[in-house]
Amino acid sequence: MSDIATRPAPNLLANPLVKAGLIVVVVIAALAIGVRLDSTNTLYAIFVDPFQQMVQAPDLLVQTVWEGLVSGVLYALIALGFVLIFKASGVFNFAQGIMVVFAALTLVGLYEKGVPAFLAVILTLGVMFALAVTIERVVLRPLVNQPDIILFMATFGITYFLIGFGESLFGGNPKQMIAEQLYLPKGAIDLQILGGLVSLQKIDIAAALIASLMIAALAAFFQYTRIGRALRAVADSHKAALSVGISLNQIWVIVWFTAGIVALITGIMWGARSDVSFALEIVALKALPVLILGGFTSIPGAIVGGLIIGIGEKLGEFYWGPLIGGGIESWLAYFIALGFLLFRPQGLFGDKIIERI
Amino acid sequence: MKTSNLLKGAALGALFAAGALAPAMAQDSIYFANNAYRTGPFSGSGIPIGDGMRDYIAMINERDGGVNGVKIVYEECETGYDTKKSIECYEQAKSKNTVVYSPWSTGATLAAIPRAHVDKIPILSMAYGLSSSADGTNFPWVFIPPLTYWDGASLMVKHMAAELGGMDKLKGKKLGLIHLDAPFGKEPIPVLENLAKKYGFELKLYPVAAADMQNQGSLWLSIRRDRPDFLYNQGWGAMNPTAVKEAIKNNFPIGKLVGVWWAGGDDDARAGGPEAKGYKSLNFNAAGQNFPVIQDILKHVVDKGKSTTPKDKVGENLYNRGVYNSMLVVEAIRTAQKLTGKKVITSEDMRRGLESLNVDEARLKEIGMAGFASPVKISCADHSGHHKAYVAEWDGSKWTQKGDWIEPLKDEVRPLIESNAKDYVEKAGNWPKRTEACEKSS
Amino acid sequence: MLYREAGQYKSSYASDMAVFPLKEDRIGIAVILAIALVAIPFLGSDFFIASVMIPFLVFSLAAIGLNILTGYTGLISLGTAAFMGVGAYSCYKLTTFFPGVNIIVLILVSGLFSAGIGVLFGLPSLRIKGFYLAVATLAAQFFLQWAFVRVPWLFNYNASGAIEVPQRTLFDIPLTGAAATPETRYFVCLGLVVVLTWFASNIVHGKLGRSWMAVRDMDIAAELMGIKLLNAKLAAFAVSSYFCGVAGAMMIFLWYGGGEAADVFSIRLSFNILFMVIIGGLGSLIGSFFGAAFLSILPTALKFGLPALGIPIAGAAAEHVTFMLVGALIIIFLIVEPHGLARLWQIGKQKLRTWPFPY
Repeated sequence: MSDIATRPAPNLLANPLVKAGLIVVVVIAALAIGVRLDSTNTLYAIFVDPFQQMVQAPDLLVQTVWEGLVSGVLYALIALGFVLIFKASGVFNFAQGIMVVFAALTLVGLYEKGVPAFLAVILTLGVMFALAVTIERVVLRPLVNQPDIILFMATFGITYFLIGFGESLFGGNPKQMIAEQLYLPKGAIDLQILGGLVSLQKIDIAAALIASLMIAALAAFFQYTRIGRALRAVADSHKAALSVGISLNQIWVIVWFTAGIVALITGIMWGARSDVSFALEIVALKALPVLILGGFTSIPGAIVGGLIIGIGEKLGEFYWGPLIGGGIESWLAYFIALGFLLFRPQGLFGDKIIERI
Repeated sequence: MKTSNLLKGAALGALFAAGALAPAMAQDSIYFANNAYRTGPFSGSGIPIGDGMRDYIAMINERDGGVNGVKIVYEECETGYDTKKSIECYEQAKSKNTVVYSPWSTGATLAAIPRAHVDKIPILSMAYGLSSSADGTNFPWVFIPPLTYWDGASLMVKHMAAELGGMDKLKGKKLGLIHLDAPFGKEPIPVLENLAKKYGFELKLYPVAAADMQNQGSLWLSIRRDRPDFLYNQGWGAMNPTAVKEAIKNNFPIGKLVGVWWAGGDDDARAGGPEAKGYKSLNFNAAGQNFPVIQDILKHVVDKGKSTTPKDKVGENLYNRGVYNSMLVVEAIRTAQKLTGKKVITSEDMRRGLESLNVDEARLKEIGMAGFASPVKISCADHSGHHKAYVAEWDGSKWTQKGDWIEPLKDEVRPLIESNAKDYVEKAGNWPKRTEACEKSS
Repeated sequence: MLYREAGQYKSSYASDMAVFPLKEDRIGIAVILAIALVAIPFLGSDFFIASVMIPFLVFSLAAIGLNILTGYTGLISLGTAAFMGVGAYSCYKLTTFFPGVNIIVLILVSGLFSAGIGVLFGLPSLRIKGFYLAVATLAAQFFLQWAFVRVPWLFNYNASGAIEVPQRTLFDIPLTGAAATPETRYFVCLGLVVVLTWFASNIVHGKLGRSWMAVRDMDIAAELMGIKLLNAKLAAFAVSSYFCGVAGAMMIFLWYGGGEAADVFSIRLSFNILFMVIIGGLGSLIGSFFGAAFLSILPTALKFGLPALGIPIAGAAAEHVTFMLVGALIIIFLIVEPHGLARLWQIGKQKLRTWPFPY
């Protein structure tokens, strides 16, 4: 390298710390100028008033954070389904949303037919297993070694198929989730704290608990079982895994089945909060900002991402939403995620993207 | 039951296809295309409505052999509540010479209104669609009986006043509007804003994006913060059961939550469980099976196995609303036959029939609908009629009528309709002037 | 025998660089244009033109737009529908401000606004890649869709909150609005699509197109070769959004004729157009047409065609079957030919070249 002398000075801006520092400085400067020039109280409404509200009504703040926490956990559950499959097979599984609906509908549908609730859960798991095997056989195996986008597209095919299939089997009517029959708690715990009322729904607490258990179980499964280790090996490198005798096909079935279990639990939780219908499929889109925030390949990322997005969007909607007419929740999550991505293009916990020529 | 749905559907499809093909050749039938959405995120509301519409027509064909001996060929076009598909359905309905087009979604109605005026196909958007299309002078081909969303909003204010004990008590109160963040949801805003100014109450808006229909957590937190005295829910589909559940969860007094008529599905209220008792919704048709017309449907159609509707779903609120809509179609056909003296009417005759539609108490009784709905009268200038509705209450298992039929604030709504209709026509540029003559009777 | 290069000599650079160097291709294009210009408008029913051909043309243009971004430059976008929406709303605003200017001109101009917004939302592409970028473009999708509902200025404060397409004419023939016949609207769409396709073909075969393909194949390598990533990627966003914007304006003005536009430009539409591009073939203009034909015509054909053929299926069941069939066909096509319909077309051409003596 003879031209070292002529190379430009290292780009200071490339350092994220420097960049973040600069942005903070600029924002503070802008604020300082803005507050002086602020005639319509816009800046006051943006930067002062929400925080005053938080201090004045701490019970509402706690409630908002709690709501955000719960929805964050639920987003994380959906995101977990995506991560599992992406890790093991590199497939960005768009069908996760419809799998949630499909699992929940199967459960409720079976129960309506007179199957006892817990037997219905087991049967639904059987259906999800059959689905995993079918997908592996019919879709993944013939598409082995295709580019990511093709596999992504194939999961769209699965989505379409499952929408048609699910609707013709179960009809489009919204259904009630059999929460009571599954011994999910009802009602709320009202806490008198901070000079106000904070009400925690028992179902939300249950959702948070079950989701944490689920995540812990999955982590243990990956860490300590033979299959879990094989799965991590596959995630690292398909070829290397194959060469040490791990069956890719088997792993894929397991992963899709695990995603199916996650889908069922997600379906039960969301279903208990509203109802089970095909509209739930849309909620799954909320998992996408969680994914990019946490990184496609990281289970803790899905959880942390879910919490950040959940709490962030609830706080944003509650305190800042009214300033521009509300309803900003639909896009705020993406902007939060986008903001993080600009600093870490692979998500918070994603594998570092190393590019070589 | 569920596994055989596919088979049943196929069999039903066979019936429809056969029905559509054969009589299309024959000249002694009237073709009526209806948009249905038995699929998609809104199918929960679409299925009972479609069932009601289909079963009433089937009952008329079975019991009376059609309208004055002319059978009605009823065909559903599946839209999935998607505007693109509705436009296809419109084109198909047009090519098959439907007498009336029933769009069944506000988006579809908006897209069809300009076309209908050129193609000369009347649109019957029953209590949905473009509120200002109630102006018959500018929209001769659109009908929006028995009332518009704007009437609904004024009814909400009247209901609120009645609960509080007089219009003067409205001052200083807070009304929250939960609405789908789309043109349909935003419909009541102008009327509510006017009334808020006039009566001195405060209006708070709580929009729900379509993607967040089942994820209303933060919205209800805002409601907790703002503490509105009443809530009006202009919602649709999965948004409604979620709103009911959230209201209960957030300890909002459920009796103060009033839905627009489309938020009054049985499934919407049922989602809240026993605590949903007291949930209210505006309504312009009665629920339940205790009407001769519903009994006839049961006797001639459902019990004979000629319908896919499960027996216990007959008489649900939205089912009965479908029945009501079909009744309007049938009565308009009858009126058109009387006006023209023809048996098989065209879409232009149908427009005249709709415009002179007059279903009074006596007529309602004749067709077995006494107490089922308020009388409907449409005139040349007024294509809605701004008829009475009532506030229905969920008693834990079914919708009941608690209060009286109340008249909307027509004086408030009508000027707004006329000025908006004028605005629409002006912006459209070159809007066809009304050339259709008014009937003498109206 | 029928289709081969042999014997066709080029004696100038211009003829060597022609868009259609083969005589057979030129004949083929002429036949297609003749069918599109003469046979379809005169033989097709109103239903066929309005519900099959116009949507096909609009989707083709949008698919070309996305293909430029995804197929040629390798940037996945899920915000296509929002960029189409920008085109539609700008066209509506423009025709409100300049009612005298011809609507075709305005449709073409409205694409520029879409291009501007596209560049803005394309900025993160310099740092974010792959599926991460795909999800980032969702920010554009959801934000713009929210703005379409929330900014009343965009829909001229209409009480209905919808775009109401006014009547606009050319030589006293109504082009938009309800009085415009399906044939007129079809001709306008066809004209726009043909011209813009020709334009796209020239771009992707030129310097810019080649730099896009270099970026797609490996952006670091492309940078080392002296391609400015910033310019290339943003140009791709601009051109792509321009096409999408024009398609969106066409969609509302020439196809829908008004309505709840915010609802139309939903995430579903974005996905649909992405399907078209992938099914048709990434990085192929003709593939965009195939993909659009497959995914826009197939559901309509299944829905209205099957009952017409007497196959007993209708209503909800038909919709379910359509969904299942489309899903299954997507998977089957991907398995049979992951490079899309365009690849099948190439293989077909290759077969023709050697036919009838394949060895």
